[in-house]
Amino acid sequence: MVLIKNKQVVTGDPWQYVADDQPVPESGDIVVGFSRYDRDSVDYTKRSGRLGLRLDPEDDLLQVVTHLDCVSLVTINFPKFGDGRGYTKARLLRERFKYQGELRAVGEVLSDQLFYMLRCGFDAFELAQGKSVAAALAAFEDFSVKYQAATDEPRPLYLRVQRGEPRA
Amino acid sequence: MYQYDEHDRKIVSERAEQFARQVERRIEGDITELHFKKLRLQNGLYMQLHNYMLRVAIPYGLLSSKQLRKLAEISRKYDRSYGHFTTRQNIQYNWPKLEEVPKILRELASVEMHAIQTSGDCIRNITSDHLAGVARDELEDPRPIAEIMRHWSTFHPEFAYLPRKFKIAITGTPDHDRAAVRLHDIGVRLLKNDAGEVGCQVLVGGGLGRTPVIAKVIREWLPKEDLLSYLEAILRVYNMYGDRKDKFKARIKILVNSLGIEEFTRQVEDEWGHIKEGAMKLTQAEIDRVTKFFQPPPYKQLSDSDAQLASLRMSKDRVFGRWAQHNVELHKVPGYSAVYISLKTVETPPGDCSDTQMDAIAALADDYSFGELVVTHTQNLVLPHVETSRLPELYERLAKLDLATPNINLIGDIICCPGLDFCDLANARSIPQALEISKRFEDLDYQHDIGELNIKMSGCINACGHHHVGHIGILGINKRGEEAYQLALGGAPGNDMSIGKIVGPAFPPEKIVDAVETIVKRYLEVRSSEDERFLDCYRRVGMEPFKEALYGAH
Repeated sequence: MVLIKNKQVVTGDPWQYVADDQPVPESGDIVVGFSRYDRDSVDYTKRSGRLGLRLDPEDDLLQVVTHLDCVSLVTINFPKFGDGRGYTKARLLRERFKYQGELRAVGEVLSDQLFYMLRCGFDAFELAQGKSVAAALAAFEDFSVKYQAATDEPRPLYLRVQRGEPRA
Repeated sequence: MYQYDEHDRKIVSERAEQFARQVERRIEGDITELHFKKLRLQNGLYMQLHNYMLRVAIPYGLLSSKQLRKLAEISRKYDRSYGHFTTRQNIQYNWPKLEEVPKILRELASVEMHAIQTSGDCIRNITSDHLAGVARDELEDPRPIAEIMRHWSTFHPEFAYLPRKFKIAITGTPDHDRAAVRLHDIGVRLLKNDAGEVGCQVLVGGGLGRTPVIAKVIREWLPKEDLLSYLEAILRVYNMYGDRKDKFKARIKILVNSLGIEEFTRQVEDEWGHIKEGAMKLTQAEIDRVTKFFQPPPYKQLSDSDAQLASLRMSKDRVFGRWAQHNVELHKVPGYSAVYISLKTVETPPGDCSDTQMDAIAALADDYSFGELVVTHTQNLVLPHVETSRLPELYERLAKLDLATPNINLIGDIICCPGLDFCDLANARSIPQALEISKRFEDLDYQHDIGELNIKMSGCINACGHHHVGHIGILGINKRGEEAYQLALGGAPGNDMSIGKIVGPAFPPEKIVDAVETIVKRYLEVRSSEDERFLDCYRRVGMEPFKEALYGAH
């Protein structure tokens, strides 16, 4: 898996993804699924190492946000390329719940989504297996114009630039 | 009309280049066909039965003559010298080659056009009233708001992967909805509030397909400044909670119906409360700026021409008189008329237009209509600003092009989807049946005598031909491996929207035209007078007389 952060490939990701049926290691930086975290009897505060949460499409964001204080990474899972719920979740995390930590897109993440994901507040992207890294890095610059306000732009285009008037 | 600035130009040319790279990556294998499908659909590129089909956006149906000439040129260079105007005011090319599509997109960009979001599970091209800006009964021109919504929806980063497609329509004529806003995912009606200010009524959850639903009012009235934030709140609730497991339950109408409109409204209003005062709030300055693009063209100062039009309609030349009656619409500016160009003949599929016709229509738009024309959702065209005194010469020129059939809103003006001849979703053909019906009723006196009667026909349950809202709706089905056609009566798309009801068992292909004629004959027998339209007659007498005529006593 290639991890891209702040538009650059990074190596040596400290985070270990713990599958839902695996035991939680006592140390190290780990990412666990929110639904498991929510129902686990494990006391995550007793561990050494940082905690990250993975949000799946069905997870209820309002339940997640009460735990944000003890979380250093949120990954949003795109089990399917076409499932767009993660875009809304990302925006709400950033804009409404003021989450400032790393927000990582995982799952079926293709270069073609990166421009949108960046606009919705993601800053890290785990590219799906075997996909062109060059195409992914270039995709951040697919468009130089953004009509809407979103997480990356607090104002719509018409307030950022002088827009055109009718020509004769 | 709206003119691109450098930012609009950049975005459509960057899209063409992005798509060119995606095609290359598809060919090199970096994108699988499954993923490429999602990407190409967002660019209007479908895989049909035999070939790719490219759907080009015509925002709210408005075209310049220059753009139409480019559409003609594209059809010559990259397709089979014709285009097909659709029920969402777009144009489709049926035979482009994948590797040439980026070139087509570049050509489109050169005339301020694109294929962005004309298909796929995203916010589609925004449609409106084809008489916007000229209709006498209009409250306010809806096109500035439509254009503002176009900017907002273009590459909206949050809503590119919705549960299903999302269609928005807007009308500025609340008393006469020509944009069928009630059958859209969101319908917007410009309305005055009690204080006399023009704002937006918002409807949600309309749609056709296998579950036809009439949209419900979610907000009685909103200031225009709040429209985008309100739309964003609706889309956000839909994006989070719309069904993603079953594509047939994924449209917003199903979510609205399963939650109930009260609960859905509560969720939207709750979301809206968080964002209404934020960045989505439109400024009056931006509304004013976009409105300036839709100033009326430099009309001449003419005297009122209603009497003149009335006398043209009584002309001794009966065919011309009928054309003036059926294909010419009253205009809000004295001395002017709006003229329909009928794309419905007995020879060519409804909505088809050849390259030579497109070039000729562009010339007519220049000569008679300030270079503007409009695509209607009934698959015809409109020249919106024609001097009434010039109607006879315009008629002559249209007639030579076989574009003056006086059948607008009559039985020959059939809406129909591409059907099994092109579409891999279809159960049955629709074009040959539509043409046969047109031939059966080719006699213009007969059509005129029957009066207003809209036949709408779909080759499958997805209802691209709007059969649910045809006065007579025809649905192609697959009955034990054979094509068959169900008839429904009493549908209507406007302010009095209703969903047609199925009459009885389906008919085989060789019987469907007879069945339609049986219904028409029974109507002629039971109507209270020549002035009682088919729809009104049906609503008065009900299904029984038609059922009896079709299936006998039972």
